[in-house]
Amino acid sequence: MTAKVVTITSGKGGVGKTTAVANLAVALAADGAKVVCIDGDIGLRNLDVVMGLENRIVYDIVDIIEGRCRLRQAMIRDKRLPELYLIPAAQTRDKTAVSPSDMIRVCKELRQEVDWVLIDSPAGIERGFKNSIAAADSVLVITNPEVSAVRDADRVIGILEAEGKGSPQLILNRLNPAMVKKHDMLSAEDVLDLLAIKLIGVVPEDSGVIVGTNRGNPVALDPKSRAGQAFRNIARRMKGEEVPFLDLEAGDGLWSKLFGRKS
Amino acid sequence: MMNFFSRKRRSAENAKERLQLVLIHDRTNLTPAELEALKDDLIATISRHVSIDPEAVQIGVEADGRTQRLIADIPLKNITRRARMRT
Repeated sequence: MTAKVVTITSGKGGVGKTTAVANLAVALAADGAKVVCIDGDIGLRNLDVVMGLENRIVYDIVDIIEGRCRLRQAMIRDKRLPELYLIPAAQTRDKTAVSPSDMIRVCKELRQEVDWVLIDSPAGIERGFKNSIAAADSVLVITNPEVSAVRDADRVIGILEAEGKGSPQLILNRLNPAMVKKHDMLSAEDVLDLLAIKLIGVVPEDSGVIVGTNRGNPVALDPKSRAGQAFRNIARRMKGEEVPFLDLEAGDGLWSKLFGRKS
Repeated sequence: MMNFFSRKRRSAENAKERLQLVLIHDRTNLTPAELEALKDDLIATISRHVSIDPEAVQIGVEADGRTQRLIADIPLKNITRRARMRT
């Protein structure tokens, strides 16, 4: 196996990085792929609770790096999907415990073992972010249709391009179609105009995401959830499938934008 | 006629326009004051070669995808017509 390493990042905190990683990982694994997700937020561990695996942690990524355990021992198997694993962040250390070359080394080992490595980047553009993108083959930038989140996404996109990571793809999270219709929220088209990168999916605002997080059950496992459907669609697009953008995902005129743009 | 009910612009438009300006500054690292200084230098340099009206010069940065473009509009003064008027 040769895994694809994908990092999800955003610049601004609280836009849904961890939720996206949990849901994309679940969607890919439910489809038969072998997936490892890595919590890149050393000191502020969260992916474990979002995935509902907080009670199973013995070792973490710093234990792997500092040689206290083997890679396999720190891979926590998901309770629902046998081909899904989590490597948690260390909670009592800070980001200086990991270096970009450590991440490259861990991912190099994982590449032989699995199909996908998804890395949950911390907010910001400092050490933890640099660690998280070091090993990435591709990067997904996630944002919300709000001025502060879009501005920070633009900064991160600029840094990724300057670091030679190529142009990332965009996840627009928590879009409220009713507000977009009233022109009280930036539409997907607006955000694409501003950021000028390729869209990989739009996730509608959905209270089910909070309910799912409360229980440690990512919504991508719920066949009726609209946000879950959007995450499943993104997972399929990550695999290279052509999945049409749902109407509820987009605003007016998005179709022509998507197909008029070849970049 | 101004319509009382449509006078207030919808906030999404506001957000987009504000972001367009902020992103250009973030991406170019060029403040409005620096852009003014650049404009003055440009006027001084061009004036050494051709006659221009400094008041008519317009300069700005436009986004073209993820590339920023410096756009300058510098109308030239029409020398021949002025010369004729003087005689």
